[in-house]
Amino acid sequence: MIKRIAQTAGFTGLLAALLLTLLQSFWVAPLILQAETYEKAPAAEVHEHAEGAMAGHTHDAEAWEPEDGWQRVLSTTGGNLVVAVGFALMLAGLYTLRAPTRTSQGLLWGLAGYATFVLAPTLGLPPELPGTAAADLAQRQIWWISTAASTAVGIALIVFARHWLLKVLGAAILAVPHIIGAPQPEVHSMLAPEALEAQFKIASQLTNAAFWLAMGLISAWLFRRKSDDQYQA
Amino acid sequence: MSIISSTRHTTATTTSTLSQRLVAAIGASILGACLVYFAGFSHIDAVHNAAHDTRHSSAFPCH
Repeated sequence: MIKRIAQTAGFTGLLAALLLTLLQSFWVAPLILQAETYEKAPAAEVHEHAEGAMAGHTHDAEAWEPEDGWQRVLSTTGGNLVVAVGFALMLAGLYTLRAPTRTSQGLLWGLAGYATFVLAPTLGLPPELPGTAAADLAQRQIWWISTAASTAVGIALIVFARHWLLKVLGAAILAVPHIIGAPQPEVHSMLAPEALEAQFKIASQLTNAAFWLAMGLISAWLFRRKSDDQYQA
Repeated sequence: MSIISSTRHTTATTTSTLSQRLVAAIGASILGACLVYFAGFSHIDAVHNAAHDTRHSSAFPCH
């Protein structure tokens, strides 16, 4: 069983991370690089209006940073791989409790993953290009994690609970983080032009949607394939 | 007799499998969450820099 989870998660993560890297390299990363040209522009231009808002955005100059080019692509691929395997582990773990009966059911799991880890958090904290002012990092992270957790619980209750009262409770849990609201910066400011940010939001959403649908499909397919092997053996 | 013993056997297997499955599911989810946390939320600068584009693209909070 553990082997089945590990194999499903490992291969799903690998394939989905490759897809994600491919989509990122051609679509998302160029937008990030373009935004960084504004971020790294001469300080005199930038600091006039953004000094206060960007106070939290300091990089430790001594920390290692991948150089643009193959090093950066490679380390992003590594990051994608770790994240994808992590998400795939969660999916495969859940499959041991609710095995998908058809591979196409993976699409629904993928959709739920997208809603939980992308759609719900981005309702409060939209995808940001480098150089966008934002509230305190720790607070945003806490809100993000709480939102993902409550969305997961909410969706699980709505889908799996038998009693209507529990389904209503699920919908309520789903809404709580959005009623509380995401932490917002005191001053909204952005170094990149708005058109670039708008383009980035679309690119990020669609890339993540494709990533999650692929995750769901591949994981369901692999998980079911492994069970077939077990019966044959 | 054989029917009873086989039923008992099945029940025992199912319950132990269910708790085992629960442990496996929770364990896998926690391990997965740790991986996502490490790459996406860790405050270590080198990790942040390495997974920088992943974080922005996945709409994780960054900077």
